[in-house]
Amino acid sequence: MDPNGEDVLSKLPAPHKELTETGPLPDDRLRLIFTCCHPALAQSGQTALALRLLCQLSTAEIARAFVEPEPTTAQKIVRAKRKIAIARIPYVVPTEVELPERLAAVFAVVYLLFNEGYSATSHERLTRPDLVVEAIRLGRLLVELLPREPEARGLLAMMLLHDARRAAREADDGSLIPLEEQDRAAWDQARIREGLALLDSAMLARQPGSYQIQAAIAALHAQARSPAGTDWPQISALYGALLRHLDTPVVQLNAAVALAMAGDLHAGLAWITQIESNGDLSTYHLLPAAKAELHRRAGNASAARSYYLQALDLVRNAGERKYIERRLQELS
Amino acid sequence: MQYMLLIYSDEKTWSAMSESQIKQVYKDYMDYTHELAASGALMGGSELAPVATATTVRVRNGKVLTTDGPFAETKEQLGGYYLIDVPHLDDAIKWAAKIPTALNGAIEIRPQTDNQAANKG
Repeated sequence: MDPNGEDVLSKLPAPHKELTETGPLPDDRLRLIFTCCHPALAQSGQTALALRLLCQLSTAEIARAFVEPEPTTAQKIVRAKRKIAIARIPYVVPTEVELPERLAAVFAVVYLLFNEGYSATSHERLTRPDLVVEAIRLGRLLVELLPREPEARGLLAMMLLHDARRAAREADDGSLIPLEEQDRAAWDQARIREGLALLDSAMLARQPGSYQIQAAIAALHAQARSPAGTDWPQISALYGALLRHLDTPVVQLNAAVALAMAGDLHAGLAWITQIESNGDLSTYHLLPAAKAELHRRAGNASAARSYYLQALDLVRNAGERKYIERRLQELS
Repeated sequence: MQYMLLIYSDEKTWSAMSESQIKQVYKDYMDYTHELAASGALMGGSELAPVATATTVRVRNGKVLTTDGPFAETKEQLGGYYLIDVPHLDDAIKWAAKIPTALNGAIEIRPQTDNQAANKG
């Protein structure tokens, strides 16, 4: 198998090549993402392949997105490429009736691209605005293409509501400024309004989904006038709803933090300990970082310090590393 | 590119059918086979007798071991197949979706190995 895989796809016959010039998909990259997300491939393989080949993310970055070891991701990509070659999966733009079964994987590609831009795996700065801009552009195209799909609106709303905080979230040296220390006057109110309007229109369809719920959580943060004014009980309830749609260790961790922030510190910490004992997040720096933050708030400086040190061992982004180092300094 | 379309269904659904229902299924298969042949994709195919008639053979240490029954007991059984020749998997999926049994059973599509691609692995 060649290392970048582009040849595998280009060597495939393209009997319906003329379709690439027309069809319902208005944009080259989006068209290729839909094409790559072929339902005969395992969904995680579709998503990984599209992120690797079409969004130029590294295998390490994709592995972090899936919270799995890099060889697992590499294996998924190899397996997908091998099936494309051996079963002769055509690299053909799907027709309109074929779009719905590809949506989940396509949404995941855009979401994970945004995620890598919003919080880069391994980079000198916290964010990679080029990836954020591209993910939001693709999100807008998806809303145009699928006007009746509430999750497309939810996905775009979520990205806009997070990105509204971009300027306030990153210090001049590229380090992370946490939500509670951000200058809320620097949040992009136009983006927040657009995100809230999209979310409202999505919810009219009464078909809740994981992207709409994540947008609703981001909306509560965006609407809080101060850290103390954040509606943590409501956020905690929304995480409960999100877990019914998307029960992953990362969502569990966020739900546990929300529970602690809503006032039940001990239950939140106990939940995190339980997630930790399952072992899925053993290399995920945000797990010890979450424990450190909660202990710092509770005034347990020595516990906070030891968890920040654990997080420092695992963190790979320089902007997040600087933030953890600052906390450690403050605690010493 | 040749693909084997393996037709799996629960044999019990057959025994539960009335005579007129069975007639209808055979007619649907006839129509499908004619359509497949007319398209030029049909290479071969057959209905298989029930698994109760199956014999499984293994050779171990030079000895032929013959047992009654299928090699594995499954909820759905292989009941027939088509061998087709079409340009790529999307066409194979389209033909598989038209097989009457796709409505209540399942069709497994297996590409014939293209030795060049397989050896590249």
